[in-house]
Formats: sequence, structure tokens, C-alpha cells
Amino acid sequence: MIEVKNLTKHYGITVAVKDVSFSVKKGEVLGFLGPNGAGKTTTMKIITCFMPPTAGTVEVGGSDILEDPLSVREKIGYLPENTPLYSDMTVESYLNFIAEVRRIHPRDRRERVNRMIETCSLKGVLKKDIGALSKGFKQRVGLAQAMIHDPKILILDEPTSGLDPNQIIEIRKLIKELGKEKTIILSTHILPEVSATCDRVIIINDGQLVASGTPEELQNRAAGESVIYTTVKADAAKVQTVFTSLGWVKKCSVESKQGERARFKLLATQDVSDPTEQLYDIAVKNGWMLSELYRETLSLEDIFLKLTTS
Amino acid sequence: MTVIRAILKKEFTSYFVSPVAYVLITIFLILSNWLFFNTYFLDEQASMRIFIARLPWIFLFFVPAVTMRVWAEEKKLGTMELLMTLPVKDYEVVIGKFLASFLFLLVCLLLTLSVPMTVAYTGDPDWGPIIGGYLGSLLMGTAYLALGLFISSMTENQIVAFILSLLVSFLFLIIGENFVLYAIPDWLVPLFEYIGFGSHFISITRGVLDSRDLVYYFSFIFFFLLLNVKAIESRKW
Repeated sequence: MIEVKNLTKHYGITVAVKDVSFSVKKGEVLGFLGPNGAGKTTTMKIITCFMPPTAGTVEVGGSDILEDPLSVREKIGYLPENTPLYSDMTVESYLNFIAEVRRIHPRDRRERVNRMIETCSLKGVLKKDIGALSKGFKQRVGLAQAMIHDPKILILDEPTSGLDPNQIIEIRKLIKELGKEKTIILSTHILPEVSATCDRVIIINDGQLVASGTPEELQNRAAGESVIYTTVKADAAKVQTVFTSLGWVKKCSVESKQGERARFKLLATQDVSDPTEQLYDIAVKNGWMLSELYRETLSLEDIFLKLTTS
Repeated sequence: MTVIRAILKKEFTSYFVSPVAYVLITIFLILSNWLFFNTYFLDEQASMRIFIARLPWIFLFFVPAVTMRVWAEEKKLGTMELLMTLPVKDYEVVIGKFLASFLFLLVCLLLTLSVPMTVAYTGDPDWGPIIGGYLGSLLMGTAYLALGLFISSMTENQIVAFILSLLVSFLFLIIGENFVLYAIPDWLVPLFEYIGFGSHFISITRGVLDSRDLVYYFSFIFFFLLLNVKAIESRKW
């Protein structure tokens, strides 16, 4: 659906995006991840034909952004960063204006606008000035505006920034719902958002692509060593020697002690497949009381930090 | 066409949703009427000559106030990005916005029709110069508009847009005036006279429709609209 090849963008002498390539398949929700200033917004501005790249090509639904920008723009619904809207228009007149510019036939306009009002629950604020709306409503107006022509592709630049937790959940739900039938690119620097909404993630840093894959794949790839916490009710010294003697345990240390119970932290090497099961078996064999067994996996946060700070 | 119409409609109504338009119209009407009726009954002459002669100077402040926000606000709010990623061509947006401000100017001029009505009531005026005067004012106002819109598209600060438009318009207004023409070398005089608004305005307001004056205004307007399109495109450079 979207094919980005060797995209490069210079602003004067600063390089905002450097040789980025990726593709988005039909019906996919792609998370575009990166710290502020990494080049997410620039990439989006190029895909939506707001400005041309310095080098590289982008194809959207078979049309090139430079050769046929109008048809690219027709296929895309775009919500720019910070949701710019005409604050002196009412919600209703604004949606009608966008529908008109989008060349939706006057016959269908009413119906399209009404459907957007329903999807984005805007009924209560139709006659209000956009400038008087809360951030959450503005965001929904922005989404309604982006979807009014029923585009196949949605590009959302930080759709949940500045919203309160309830609104964030609401917008995410909406995006997930939309993702069933639409191709979506979504940029964010909030990590839980990615695991909550995206099929695939691209991490970009300093204008360069540093990783891509499903959220699980990224987690596995960056995992490396895993850490296991276990609390055992037995003689701590003995437990420690047993654990340390296991081939795959790099290090075993006592984290804390509480009466007869001791909490151990084990550092496992990468090649062991199911360390927790083995630990369980050992505990059962020795008749130890096991009250905690927990394997820590690297969160997206850790991966993100690992990849974007060097 | 659909796009131009949609933008025209949106821009034109947006003038009237904020109180600014009403304030502007009120000041414009009070100023233009007062500066005229001030001396009208003393002159004992059924003519609108003075009214028309004052208009370029009133427009000097009025038109930049109309055009200053048109692009600057769009840039400041970031709605420019939204607008220019809709399936529109740059020139369609420029034309739509230009036509909307033109319509606004036309409405303001129409609201002064009470003046010729008063003149006709109190005397028996020569209608040629009055019609010519209105036409000339409209052309000159539109030329200011095109200039102001272009300048508004260069900045995101409305105040800067206002002041710059006023300054540049003022330049175009005075370079054809006599006191400037006397001060410059002889060979420059025809050029300055041609570039300045004054000479063209005066000949139209006399009721003489010369194609040279029309060509001047139309090419002036076209030139600045073209620059406007280029300024919008400049984001791509």
C-alpha cells in the first residue's frame, strides 16, 4: 500500500531523514516510533505530499508522490501533529468544508458527515466553535476530518498527545477498530501505545531506521539475557549452590531475605529455552516451597532506550 | 472549481464570524463618509470627487487589515499543513482566498452607496465620474488586496503582514505623485508615473476607461497572485 524507498530529506544542512526505506501492507497498523526530532513528522509530511523529499521515492497505493500528488492526497486521510484546526469554525461547518474540498458529491455529503459525527461521537458539539472544544474533542474532530472521504490510508501524527488517560484509551480503541479495514501509519513516542494498537513497529532515530518488526519480534530480538526472580522457602545457602551449579545460570544472588524465605535473582544465558520450568522441577525435587517464579522480559521501553541512545 | 468555491465560501464566511470584520466595516464607513460629508455641504457641488479621491488613502489602512490574517493565521495555527495536504492545487487555494477578500471589499464598497444616493438627492450629479470612481476604487482596492495577500503568505505574524503591506502599498501609491516626480531625474519620470497607482486611478475616476490602465491593474493583480502561489510553493524548496 505504501512503499518508501531510500527517503532522504535535508533542511538546509541538517539532515532530517536519512535513507529510510520501509513498506506498509494493506490493512496493517504501523507504529512509527522514535524520540522527538527523530524525523517521524518529516517522513509523514513527505508521504502526505506536503513537501517533497530531497532524494528517494514514495509510492502510495500505486501513485508516486511527486508525479501524482493529487491522487495520493485523495487516498490519504491525514491528522497532522498538534491537530491544527480552524478555531473560528463550528464543527459542523468545518466537516462540511472538508467534505466539499474533498469533492464528495453534494448528494452524499450529508450522509458522510453524519457518519463521521457518529463514529467520532461529535453529536453534542456540532454547533460549537472548534476553538472552544476540549483537547479530546478537537482530536476527534481531527480524526473525523481525516476519515470523512473514507480513505484507505490513515496517517496520524501523535494522535494521543495531550489527551488524558481516558481519552487516550478511547482514541486507541477507535484506531484499533479502524485498523481492521484501513492501512494506518501512526507516530508516537509513547510505547504502550504501540503494543496496544500496532501490528508492526518501525523505530527511527536521528533520521535513520534502527529497527522494524512486530512488537514481539523486537522484544525477542533485543532480549539477550533474561533475568529470573524466584522466592524459595529453604536454606538459602544450599539453594544458592544448587542454582549456581546449573549450566545456564551465569549468576545467582540473594536479593532479600525474610525469615526463612529468600528471594534470588538469576541471570540466565540466552540459549536456555525454558529456565522457569527447570527451576520449578528442582524445587519440587528438593521439596522446597516455591512462592515466586518470574521471568522478566525486556519491555519495549528497554528496547527503545537501547536502540535510541548510544 | 469545486475547490475554489469551497475555499471562497469558507474564507468569506470566516470574515463575518469574528467581530473584526464588523469593526473594520464600521471604521471604513465612518471614515469614508465623514471625510466626504465634512466638506460636501460647504462646496455646494453635487460631485463625489472628494469621496473617491480619499478612498486610496483609506484603503491603505483598510485593505492590509483585511488581508493580514488570510495566510499568516493559516501558517501560525498549522492549518496550512492540513489545507495543503487536501487534494487541492496551490493556485486553487490562492484564487479562492483572493476571491473571498475581493467579495469582502465589494461588500464594503456597496455599503457606501448611500453616498451617491445622497448626492443624487441633493443635486444633479454627473454619473460618469461616479461610476468610473467606483470602478477605479475597486480596481485599486483589488490591487492592494493581491499585494497584501502575497505579503501575508510570507510571514506567520499578522502584525508584520499588516505593516509591511501598508508600507509597500504606500510606496506604490506615492511614487506616482507629483512631489516625487519632481524630485527624480527626468528619464525616470514616465516609469514612476506608470508604476504608481495614481495616474491610472485618476484617469479611470475621470470616467475615462483606457485599456492601458486596465492592463496595468490586471497585470499588477496577476503578478502578485503569481508571487503568492510561488510563496505557497516555497515550502517545497
